[in-house]
This record gives sequence, C-alpha cells and structure tokens, in this order.
Amino acid sequence: MLRTPLYQKHVELGARLVEFAGYEMPLHYRGGINEEHLTVRSAAGLFDVSHMAEFRVSGPDATDFLRYVTLNDPAKLKPGRGQYSMLPNDRGGIVDDIYLYRQGEDQYLVVANAANRDAVADHLGGLADGRDVQVGDETEDWALIALQGPSAALILDRLVSMDLTDIKRNATAQAELSGVPVILSRTGYTGEDGFEVFAATKDAEAVWDVLVGAGAVPCGLGARDTLRLEAGFPLYGHELTEATNPLCTDFAWVVKDKEFHGRAAMWGADCSQRLVGIRMVDRAIPRQGYRVMDRDRDVVGEVTSGTLSPLTRESVGFAWVDANLSALGTRLWVEVRGRPMAALVVKPPFHQS
Amino acid sequence: MNTPEDLRYAKSHEWVRQDGGGVVTVGITDHAQDQLGDVVFVELPEVGRHVKAGDTVAVIESVKTASDIYAPVSGEITAVNASLDAKPETVNESPYGDGWLFRISGGNDAELDGLLDAAAYVRSLDED
Repeated sequence: MLRTPLYQKHVELGARLVEFAGYEMPLHYRGGINEEHLTVRSAAGLFDVSHMAEFRVSGPDATDFLRYVTLNDPAKLKPGRGQYSMLPNDRGGIVDDIYLYRQGEDQYLVVANAANRDAVADHLGGLADGRDVQVGDETEDWALIALQGPSAALILDRLVSMDLTDIKRNATAQAELSGVPVILSRTGYTGEDGFEVFAATKDAEAVWDVLVGAGAVPCGLGARDTLRLEAGFPLYGHELTEATNPLCTDFAWVVKDKEFHGRAAMWGADCSQRLVGIRMVDRAIPRQGYRVMDRDRDVVGEVTSGTLSPLTRESVGFAWVDANLSALGTRLWVEVRGRPMAALVVKPPFHQS
Repeated sequence: MNTPEDLRYAKSHEWVRQDGGGVVTVGITDHAQDQLGDVVFVELPEVGRHVKAGDTVAVIESVKTASDIYAPVSGEITAVNASLDAKPETVNESPYGDGWLFRISGGNDAELDGLLDAAAYVRSLDED
C-alpha cells in the first residue's frame, strides 16, 4: 500500500488508518469525525491530501490543449489563478474533476483525484499526442496539505512574510512558510476559507509540524467527506462518474460553450435524470446506492452520497432522480433497509459558511 | 480496549449480560464502537418482537456506515434503550453501561453456552 510523506505523523497522532485509492490514509484522529468536522467550521483543520495526483502541463500548446481537454476555460485564467474544472470523456461523462492552476503563460498544474491518477495520465497523455505540449506526472514530488476553516488565515499569517489579503479566492502565490518554500493556494474542499499548501515532499513534515504547532487541528478523510457534502461539493465516484453528464447537474456552470473533447456527446444529451440535493424528513440517513422512489413507490432514482450533517444534525445527500421530480420542494422517498423514508428536494449547499 | 470478564460475547461484537430471571441485556463491545467511530443513529427493535439468535434486530449508524446488530440469543425483546434516540453517542461513551441496546427474555442455556468468554472474544479479534 502507498503512503504519503506524512504517514509517520498520522501514526504518531493515533490516526485510524484506512485504505483509500491505494494509499494508507487517516480516516480520523483521536477526536473522531464529528469533532474534526466542527473544528473546521469553527476554527481550523489540517488535512493531508498528498495522495492527490499532480500533473504538469507545459509547452507552447498548453493553453489550447487544456481548452480542448477540460470543460472550464483555462484561457480566462491569469497566471497565478486557478479554477475548478472537469475532464470530459467522449461519451458525455467525465474522466475526473480537477483543479487547474495556471502558473505561467504556458505552465499549468492539474490536481486530480488519487483514484483517477492512472486514468488521467492515460487520458491526457493520449490526447496530447502530436501536440507541442508535455504532460508530466509530479505526484511524487508534491506534498499537499489543506489548512481549512475560519481561523486558517489567522494561523498562516503568523508563519509567512507576505500579506495574505493579496491572495484572493482561487489565487496562488509563492511563499516561505517558516523558511520552507511553498505554493499557497486559496482553495479547498470544505466550504470554508482556507489554503492548500504545496510543498516539496522532503518538506512535508516540517510544514505539517509548524501548522499543527500554530493551532491547526489534524483532520482525516472522514471529516473531509462530511464537510464537502455539507458544502454541496461533488465527489468523483459518487455524484460524478464516467457516465454522468455534468450538464444535468448544478455543476453545469463549469461547462463553457467552446470546442472540447466529447462535446457532441455531452452537449446534445437529454437529461432524463437530474442530480439534486435531498434533505430527509423522516429520521434516516441516505447512503450511496439507496433507491429513491416516488409516491407510488416506483423507483425514480438513486442516492449518490449522504450523511447526517455534524453541524445541522439534518440528514442530507445527493441523488439522481427523474427530471420531472427534480424541482425544489418535491417530495421523494428513500428506501432505507426496505422502508420508504420521506425526503425533500432541496438546493445545496446544506450549510452556508 | 475494555472487555469485561463478567460478560459473554458474540463474534459479531455484541456483548450479553445475564440479568437473572432468563433476561439478558445486549450491547456492542468497546472494540466495536471504536471501529465504528462516531455513532449518529441507532435503530432499535420493537418491544414484544420475537427474535431468533442471529436475526438482525438493530442497526447502528456511524458517520461513515450502517452496521447490523444481531440477536445473540432467541427470545422476546422486553426493553430497548430509548435514550439512544436523543443521544446515540452514548454507545461510544459507555458501551457496557448507559449505551446498552436492548433486553431479551427467554435465551436458552445452549445459546448462552455457545457465546464466547472475554478471553475467547479478544482472541477472535485477531482472527478478523
């Protein structure tokens, strides 16, 4: 099993380790998922996300290439800015959702899901063939540490020499964090203000220690999942897959009207189902794979993610449902252990920071 | 991890306390609650339901997953711990005390004898 450069830190902190995308990762530390979740909503949490994949895309054709292989528009990015995006396949679905950072005129960094590292490498490599562009896998070179929560800027401010108010949402900057060279990006996956810190693998432990020492609380993948869900963000393998058309979701804003790989299959597709947010009315927790039914108990969809929100104590989730039942306020039933439990279609986010 | 000597255990991580008069109290072990993580919802059986050893009678949901709880012995459900409805986290905080799940009346001696003692339960964890 693979380990991130912070594995030893997780062991020392008493993490419950689980296999995730081939990596041995912390599910939670001693405080548990709920406590870590609430810490990120009220103070600041620290996540090791070094398992995520990084690809450098560079060369004279880099911008044109990325305009073609991603759904958002990298030509609109100034150097030093980033955007959420997706990699379309040629069947109307997506290979992965990504974060794309423009680091220079023809220099980009793609951050992809760990589980999709090989698929993204193959996909980008194949489409780059014959173009004046290089795609390099830099996953092993980078440690990625996310500092998230309302206290994130306060904690970081004491450790860097620059003025953090200069780093706007989705912007990046080179910085020294207690003397260690890093790239700071004002991005995250929690719905809170925060930063993602890219550091050289050899500096991972130093960066982690200094942030923990400054008051950031280590948080695992469990809280990362409940936080992203509460914030209404999709997770590949759940809301987004190789068979799901983003135009049939609230994430359709990512898809810009330009030429892109697989456009014909995606653009013209009919959304017979739509991805919606759901909130349970009956007491039950929706889980991935649970069936969604209408008032006649006919199956009209399927849950993709769900949890009991640690903050609001409401059971919320995402589901694909027949398009005619996707309007806000529509009553649906989620089959939980054989019993239909009432739910409502609601608009994410389930919590607004 | 705490595994009291005076209880009997099922391999599926329930504990059983003999209360006398043919009644047993059932909960989940310290090991089980630790593995589950934060318990957020407990679905308990109806009082009066007749169950067979091995039946699924309750469900404990943690943040990450839903886990079935099995009846360690046969009999009738005579009581459930209704306080878990409002405070499911009690299962984490006090698995052998206030976090008990339900009581069964009628378990026969053969079923009780078939359960593990503390040492055998701890050994069974290594085989998982």
